[in-house]
Amino acid sequence: MANHTAINTLRVKEVNENQCHMCMPLGGVIAFKGIEGAMVLVHGSQGCSTYMRLANVEHFHEPVDVASSSLNEKQTILGGEKNLNKALDNVLRVYQPTMLGILTTCLAETMGEDMDRMIKSYMQSHPSIGVDIIPVATPSYGGTHSEGFWATTRAVIAHYAKPCESHNRINVIVPNISPADIREIKRILGFFGMEYTLIPDISMTLDRPYGGRYQKIPTGGTSPADISRMPGAPVTIQFGKTCPDALSPGLFLEQQFGVRLVNLPLPIGVDNVDQFVAALSSISGQPVPEQLTLERGWLLDGMADAHKYNAEGRPVIYGEPEMVYALTGICIENGAEPVVIASGSPHSKLKDLVGPMISDLAEQPVLIEEADFASIEHAAVSAGATIGVGHTGGKFLTERHGIPVTRIGYPIHDRIGGQRIFSAGYAGTLAFLDRFTNTLLEKKYSSYREKKKEEMFNHIRG
Amino acid sequence: MEHDCSLASGSSGCISERQNSIITTGKNKSRIHCADDSLAGAVSQRACVFCGARVVLNPITDAIHLVHGPIGCATYTWDIRGSLSSDSEMYRHSFSTDLKEKDVVFGGEPKLAACLDEVISKYHPPAVFVYSTCVVGMIGDDIIAVCKDASERHGIDVIPVESSGFLSGNKIVGYRAAAEAIMKLIRPKPGEVIEKTRKLNFLGEYNLGGEKWLIERYLNEIGIEVNVAFTGDSTVAALKQAPGSCLNIVQCTGSMHWVANNLEKEYGIPYMDVNFFGAENTADSLRRIAAFYGDPEIIRKAEVLIERELARITPIIAGYRKKLTGKRAAIYVGGAFKAVALIRQMKDLGMEVVVTGTQTGKQEEYETISGLLSEGTIVVDDANPAEIEKFLLDMKVDVMAGGVKERVLAYKLGIGFVDHNHDRKECLAGFDGAVTFAREVYITTCSPVWKHLKESIGGV
Repeated sequence: MANHTAINTLRVKEVNENQCHMCMPLGGVIAFKGIEGAMVLVHGSQGCSTYMRLANVEHFHEPVDVASSSLNEKQTILGGEKNLNKALDNVLRVYQPTMLGILTTCLAETMGEDMDRMIKSYMQSHPSIGVDIIPVATPSYGGTHSEGFWATTRAVIAHYAKPCESHNRINVIVPNISPADIREIKRILGFFGMEYTLIPDISMTLDRPYGGRYQKIPTGGTSPADISRMPGAPVTIQFGKTCPDALSPGLFLEQQFGVRLVNLPLPIGVDNVDQFVAALSSISGQPVPEQLTLERGWLLDGMADAHKYNAEGRPVIYGEPEMVYALTGICIENGAEPVVIASGSPHSKLKDLVGPMISDLAEQPVLIEEADFASIEHAAVSAGATIGVGHTGGKFLTERHGIPVTRIGYPIHDRIGGQRIFSAGYAGTLAFLDRFTNTLLEKKYSSYREKKKEEMFNHIRG
Repeated sequence: MEHDCSLASGSSGCISERQNSIITTGKNKSRIHCADDSLAGAVSQRACVFCGARVVLNPITDAIHLVHGPIGCATYTWDIRGSLSSDSEMYRHSFSTDLKEKDVVFGGEPKLAACLDEVISKYHPPAVFVYSTCVVGMIGDDIIAVCKDASERHGIDVIPVESSGFLSGNKIVGYRAAAEAIMKLIRPKPGEVIEKTRKLNFLGEYNLGGEKWLIERYLNEIGIEVNVAFTGDSTVAALKQAPGSCLNIVQCTGSMHWVANNLEKEYGIPYMDVNFFGAENTADSLRRIAAFYGDPEIIRKAEVLIERELARITPIIAGYRKKLTGKRAAIYVGGAFKAVALIRQMKDLGMEVVVTGTQTGKQEEYETISGLLSEGTIVVDDANPAEIEKFLLDMKVDVMAGGVKERVLAYKLGIGFVDHNHDRKECLAGFDGAVTFAREVYITTCSPVWKHLKESIGGV
């Protein structure tokens, strides 16, 4: 076992300066948008829903409609039921969803709104609306958007799943990854000829191809009928090594319905994709298809080409725990030893998971949980980081310290194409690796002549 | 084939309770409803009180902006504006007390006090603004008292901004909270005298894409100095000199009329509304400012500048007008000030404005807007995506001006888009801004991409 005391952790201070995470209901919005026919309503003040729309619009470049119960001062005293009912009337009428997710905000939670009772009462007075309403408690102060994502996915499964006959359709539960990565995971599943229920599936709903009539609720997403049959699956593959047990959808299915859980890391990096492919091969009884072997070969070939450049990199890795865990793996595999590993989440299992991976490194990275960018920036500069790996929040690493950032994860607000960032599978890993290596090379080539002259020639002359 | 609206059949796109918030010029005799709270479930494009306060105060460059609440409110407004700074970059940092469950249960005052001590000791800012959020208002933290204590402890201004989101679904209420904070900041301490100067204050100017600097260059050229802008590229020290000005010019009236009125009451500084969006508006504003000073030299220099700049940009804009004449435009923005300026600019480019709306327009502002528009134009207060979609398609709009959320919807419908929001990066003010604006409208309205997109949805 790794000696965890060797990990150099940084204590977080009182104030959070430059946030590395977003709020709990935001993750819930993304998860709900991956369910077929779903619309989302945020029970709270108007601003919350608008901000969450904005955050998603800027990442996905898609309209992301989120309704609000628009609570005002009066309702914080009298209770929000009247507004909630009104909001339900309006949103059901205009959007005609088949499923409506309701996320609470810190305001509604602090008011102590009894969501279950209010929804039950609404359903009773509207017996023929034909819409599933699923509330999830997501107070902003209860966790980060990662926890909101898991909690919502779990709640959706808990709502629909019921005991059913065994079948061959496996369950696949993904964390908050790009639509492009979901499509890649589906492609790999397809190689093994397996039927599956992947949840939540934002690959079509939050990355719409152009053409045809505009849809308020885009087609795509995981179908409730499929979700209801998840308990009959032979196995659940969940990419959720860092998911807290209490929020784990896969663990829920295992504990409630006895569906075997194979909890894997995100399939980014050779080892991680190998684990995924091996699991599929074992579950399906099929050999690894030739195409995947080829793609693995191209990845290894690319790693050989890039390893010396990568070894010059001193990465600072940050973001959602599941992504950070996978990225730590791929950086170490490629000889780019991380100097800072950080997540805004206080609840992840990151420290324990990363421990064994970093115990052999020459230099122990700084590990920060519940991180903000002030602490990440400080650690990165102290450790002489040369490249950032993560979302837009790291932009000050570049602006202030000249440390370039390879963008990956959520949110990407200062570049186009957050929804298309492709990093999963062997092919995606290679695509990520090229982006990472080229970021290092661009930085190196933009300054090395100057630097060498400064370092060496000026000494002779001077 | 026309591309259909995605509204389900039998739905008008408008929720019946929203009827009075939408008028068609020439047809409706009734006045538009624009003081209502956002309707629950209508998917309003509006934000909240906190957002209003944050966008007004955020460009004060050397202050610390500390959001007292759970993490969401801070993270969504981190570096939200395109305001540029000539010096300090402190305003681009996002500080939050990051309240957790135990703080909500036991009260957040101790954490706020600790955070204040921490940031003030670390950065020695000249002032800290403390924004209250929904939860803070709910649990009743006395931020006024905590700020007062911290202010005494550290000898700097620690100013509470009472911006709990739920106070209203209207940013205007947040503008007021920010305005009150500004007045607190600039009020001289007892015995302190701010000397009167011939400089002016520039209110409702946020230095997006360097706009304040451009207008300041014009003013300097004609012999007028800017004391301080509220709040683009301002510092705490500069704002404290505000009472020494002889004139306030007010650009964004929604955020700053209240401040201008109070500066007049407390310090006897008169104000005038100005507008630097569009060449004609810019020329008119410069003339009126020059006239206020009444100095023949200033007036002469203003005319020289206007003549020179108009001669320079008129042919360029005429080139764009040729391409844009007859195109149909929609506008959906935060405030009426911007809507009015945009209507004029779009019309100057030969375009017809067929839809106009705002998040925070007032009754008299909507009357001004309606007066500028031809009959049959749709005017909407507090719109939502369903309405915007419907009106863009019904009115066969070619290009829309608005914010980020409207942008992606317009693109989905195969319609051009111009960002006129608070995080934009382009300078759209002054004579140069008028050219940039015309170019922005042209490159999107006349882009070759729409040809392929429209073919793929079976449209024209």
